[in-house]
Amino acid sequence: MEATASRANKGARKLDGGGIIAAIKASGIDYVLSVPDITTSAGLLAPIANDKTLRLIRVCKEDECIGIATGLAYGGKRALTLIQHTGFLDSINAIRGVAVEYKQPICMMIGLLQHDPEKAPKESPRYGVRIVEPILDDMGIAHHLISLDADVAQIKPAIDKAYAESHPVAFLIGRSPSVS
Amino acid sequence: MMKRDECFRILARHITDEAVVATYSSAVDWVEVSPRPLNYLSIGAMGLDSSHGLGLALGRPDRRVVVLQGDGSLLMNLGSLVTIGAAAPKNLVHFVAHNDTYEANGGHPIPNPKVDFANIARASGYAATYDFSDLRMFEQQVAHVLEQEGPVFATLHVEPSKPLHYDYVSLYDPEKRKAFKAAWLAR
Repeated sequence: MEATASRANKGARKLDGGGIIAAIKASGIDYVLSVPDITTSAGLLAPIANDKTLRLIRVCKEDECIGIATGLAYGGKRALTLIQHTGFLDSINAIRGVAVEYKQPICMMIGLLQHDPEKAPKESPRYGVRIVEPILDDMGIAHHLISLDADVAQIKPAIDKAYAESHPVAFLIGRSPSVS
Repeated sequence: MMKRDECFRILARHITDEAVVATYSSAVDWVEVSPRPLNYLSIGAMGLDSSHGLGLALGRPDRRVVVLQGDGSLLMNLGSLVTIGAAAPKNLVHFVAHNDTYEANGGHPIPNPKVDFANIARASGYAATYDFSDLRMFEQQVAHVLEQEGPVFATLHVEPSKPLHYDYVSLYDPEKRKAFKAAWLAR
């Protein structure tokens, strides 16, 4: 949906996990809800698990996150759902019913498993990765590709907008974030 | 064997300012017994009742949350028992109406009516679990169940009910969600 201007940037092609976590905190996120995802495991989930200010809720299946985040939102608490794209695909009905039809501020950070960060997700040879953006487009869910440090600046305004306007948003993590 | 609406009539006498998450057949019976702004009826996808309840409980630890889930619904999200057991919200009371059927989907049987939800909840880390099949016993103990430090789980063994009218337009009315939010944040 939103093009990432930094694609053409010839600067350092890296993604710092610490920068993403700082953006999550700056966005007022209270809870991170997660099923482990190998793309974000070391750079995001492990440090979040040790973070003193973010509360991590480990769930058994990704669609639980959609219900939990909604309940939290009714109480004025912000949540980030941190999952793998396979879990996103498994949770489509919950996202359809709760996030889209009930217009809830579900903020999802989705690791693209085995994605080549130098390719656009729609050009991935992996079917599961290739269909993520078209599905989000069809569902009318705003999404942002986060593959480079320069992309991280999109996180806070998008989360603020999701909560202000009560709609879902997805961040697609296209490269394994480095451990800070 | 008990009847769900009879259980809910008894339960309603003890409900004050709790959020009550109820869906499908449980919602139909509950709303008839106790229509109120603090009823949370829009869960969006079958099975998510318990997860919404967990989110509500975590979001307002100063208030109590009661979940009225069906057996078919809980089976679709059985892992939520483990998640709730680990998150351990002290303010969550979780009832499942066990009538052995997917009542809202044509009355077909659940895969195994012998499933022991209370035992699974106990093994998943719930602080207290109960199993009721006698209405008089339920009436005697329900106040205690609601006052316990959670997460608390109780199976209500009930008969499949009479045919229900599922007015989903009313149950899922966006105005009800607005009213819930206002009431939930009011205090």
